[in-house]
Amino acid sequence: MIKVEKVSKIYETKSGQVVGVDNVSLEVPKGEIYGIVGYSGAGKSSLIRCMNILERPTSGKVMVDGVNLLELSPKKLREARQSIGMIFQGFYLASAKTVFDNIAFALKAAGVAPSQRKKRVEELLELVGLTDKINHYPAQLSGGQKQRVSIARALANNPKVLLCDEATSALDPSTTKSILQLLKKINQELGITIVLITHEMEVVKEICDTCAVMQDGRIIEQGPSYNIFANPQEKLTKQFIDTILNFDLPAKLLEACKGTILQLQFRGNLASDAVVSDMLQKFQVSGNILHGKVEYIKETPLGIFIMELLGETEEVAAAKQYLEERLKQVEVIQHAR
Amino acid sequence: MLDRIIEILPELNTAFFETLLMVGIGLLVALILGLPIGILLYVTDKGLFWESRVAKGIIGIIVNLVRSVPFIILLVFLFPVTDLIVGRITGPLAASVSLSVAAIPFYARIVESAAREIDKGVIEAAIAVGASPWLIIKDIILPETKPGLISGLTITAISLIGYSAMAGTIGGGGIGDLAIRYGYYRYDDTVMITTVIVLIVLVQLIQYLGDFIAKTVNKK
Ligand SMILES: Nc1ncnc2c1ncn2[C@@H]1O[C@H](COP(=O)(O)OP(=O)(O)O)[C@@H](O)[C@H]1O
Ligand SMILES: [Mg+2]
Repeated sequence: MIKVEKVSKIYETKSGQVVGVDNVSLEVPKGEIYGIVGYSGAGKSSLIRCMNILERPTSGKVMVDGVNLLELSPKKLREARQSIGMIFQGFYLASAKTVFDNIAFALKAAGVAPSQRKKRVEELLELVGLTDKINHYPAQLSGGQKQRVSIARALANNPKVLLCDEATSALDPSTTKSILQLLKKINQELGITIVLITHEMEVVKEICDTCAVMQDGRIIEQGPSYNIFANPQEKLTKQFIDTILNFDLPAKLLEACKGTILQLQFRGNLASDAVVSDMLQKFQVSGNILHGKVEYIKETPLGIFIMELLGETEEVAAAKQYLEERLKQVEVIQHAR
Repeated sequence: MLDRIIEILPELNTAFFETLLMVGIGLLVALILGLPIGILLYVTDKGLFWESRVAKGIIGIIVNLVRSVPFIILLVFLFPVTDLIVGRITGPLAASVSLSVAAIPFYARIVESAAREIDKGVIEAAIAVGASPWLIIKDIILPETKPGLISGLTITAISLIGYSAMAGTIGGGGIGDLAIRYGYYRYDDTVMITTVIVLIVLVQLIQYLGDFIAKTVNKK
């Protein structure tokens, strides 16, 4: 659905050239939710803004739904943009317009006849759950409500793609959740392909099928979100994952432990307790769970347990090997003493 | 003193309406020409959809040029143009010509700075939705700037009252003219004070009205 080929964006500023995006290529299949994470200044906004030519790439190619956006005349580009919705961290609703007029504006831009606008706006408000606010002004709405209006505006002309630039970054955690649920619903029910950028791994965990990590204008790692969480390669990716799967055991606890401390990772539907109890039966060791957590990466569980194994050195080694065979992800945190 | 005021009332009345006429014409022209020029100054700015350093530079220079000429000099300088348009160089209509010329760049700059207050993101969101530049100007920039446009008109109107009094000194008519003729040439303090009071009341009234309307249309 979206194909970005070798796109670079270089800004000319008074103090010289600033690289926003550095030779990025990526492909977003139809119907997918594609997340791009990175710290502030990584070039996420620059990249997503190249996808609807709000920012014209310095070089490269941007294809959306089979159309090369960079070759379009201004008029054709405007038409193409009608099928690429975009929402922003700052909502950017027109303050002098009511909710109705803000959404109707998008319809007007697409040349929808006035008589048909009302029905469509009502449909959209139904979808985002704001029917009772139709005549309110943005100043009378909460952040989450404003974002809902901007989603309705972005969806007004039945786009195939929705671009979200930090759409939840200005919202509190519970509002963030509800907006993410709305995006998920839009993706599933309307089949709209979503690209979203964020600096919160929580967002990726919640809804993204694929995740790309961006640093200094480049994509340094990408893959299915689950794999990124379960097996991050790059240091920065690990840092991001740590914000969610963080296991800092208290130093006192580690000191008190005499046995081997292992971190076990359970993927998918592998029943964690079964593996551990098999292991305890097979070998002459005793186990001691120190910490455990199951995170759901877009509904697929990813469990992480930290346990202490006590017993004869050989038995512990054999038990560890057994776990490694069954789980593939076993890490020694502290050796026995 | 009351007798004197009653005596002067018909003349004061005429002068008052002459002032209103001059200011009204100036405001109208400011709205018709100053508004589009102001918007043009804004949309040719860096980062906006008609970004053009050349266009912005040229318009900006012309606007600054007119604004840097003191009104009284502009008035005299424009005598030939006034004569051409109105057919005479005295009276309120003649004065309106130079008042209008002064009002256009004055209001244009106010419009420009009012438009700059719009969050660039709001305009980008409109671009992202596929809106044309015209639609964005008409449906986003103008409505979003409305309170600023109205308070800008208030400021322009009050400045024009001041300018119109200057025009009065060279026979432009209006309240300024009255004040010069009686207050200055004939040392008639009563007329002088009366005109001052009338001007104060007029300015207060315009300011109050302008603030009120600007506040009503502001949805922020
Ligand atoms: N309009 C611009 N002009 C100049 N530099 C810019 C502009 N927009 C972004 N940049 C620079 O490009 C880099 C990437 O910025 P951005 O894409 O906003 O990153 P992110 O969204 O990941 O925080 C930063 O160094 C930023 O300063
Ligand atoms: Mg950003």
